[in-house]
Amino acid sequence: MPAESRSTPRILDGVRVAIPLAPSPILFGISFGVLAEAAGMSAAAAVVMSASTFSGAAQFASVSVLDAGGTLAAAIAAAVFLSARYIAISVTVASIFPGGRLRRLLGAQLIVDESWALAGRSGRFEWPILAGAGLLFYVLWVASTALGTVLGGVIDDPNALGLDAAFAALFLALAVPYFREARARQAAALAAVITLVLTPVSPAGVPIVAAATACLLGLRR
Amino acid sequence: MTDVWIVVVAVGLATVLFKAAGPVLVGRRPLPRRWQSVVDLLAPVMLTALVVTQTFGGDGGVTVDARLPGVAAAAIAIWRKAPIIVAMVIAGLVTALVRVVV
Repeated sequence: MPAESRSTPRILDGVRVAIPLAPSPILFGISFGVLAEAAGMSAAAAVVMSASTFSGAAQFASVSVLDAGGTLAAAIAAAVFLSARYIAISVTVASIFPGGRLRRLLGAQLIVDESWALAGRSGRFEWPILAGAGLLFYVLWVASTALGTVLGGVIDDPNALGLDAAFAALFLALAVPYFREARARQAAALAAVITLVLTPVSPAGVPIVAAATACLLGLRR
Repeated sequence: MTDVWIVVVAVGLATVLFKAAGPVLVGRRPLPRRWQSVVDLLAPVMLTALVVTQTFGGDGGVTVDARLPGVAAAAIAIWRKAPIIVAMVIAGLVTALVRVVV
């Protein structure tokens, strides 16, 4: 994008720059639908979750806890702790949202990791890019979740296909970019130890929630 | 309301509020620095805990089974900069194969 990138982009420009990333919400949306179905979620619940939460990591986290037989509270807490990063992310783009409070609240729902990253690609955050990219990802995410629940109904035992390991791989791939920072590596190592130690002695889901305390390492100077 | 719907509504509400926190509440003020670093660590910490439970979790404690070779193969793929979806397929395939063979 040469000369015209200087001018103010439009929402359609946001859709356009997001198209190369479209396979990711489609494939993850389908996977979420399949896993949700396997975890005993109804198709309606899976689609409503994609439409309201619109955050892959949080959704996969709560479904993974439910699938493991974890408690309600643990399934909620695991997702809420993961979503908490949106507080920090949304603060970085707080000033670009147009309109009154309600419009800002709705617009803010289009923040996902990818739309946020695209919106800041020119060196400063641009609302039309975030909105266009976010809208495209949202539509694809919800539609492919619906498709995934249909496929999930057909597949007999997704875990026989190794879907459980595939989700471990997903979480690992999402975690690795953070490991460039020493403090994130230390906190992650502590979280792994807490999880392993508590797994034999506590109900499913609890170790994940307890591991969240490892982030308090951030209070160290 | 079933358990699943409680999770859907609670997680949905929390995420909606978190995403709106910046644009609606905070405006242009940044988070205090120490809390910013705590929030920054939440994602790697939670994702790591999920990797561990998703790999070793099972009835009655830490379980080593076909998932481990799958996740290990995926870790190598991630290290070699493979796309996420490729790493997931590798993990699934290796685990499924080990389950068939063993």
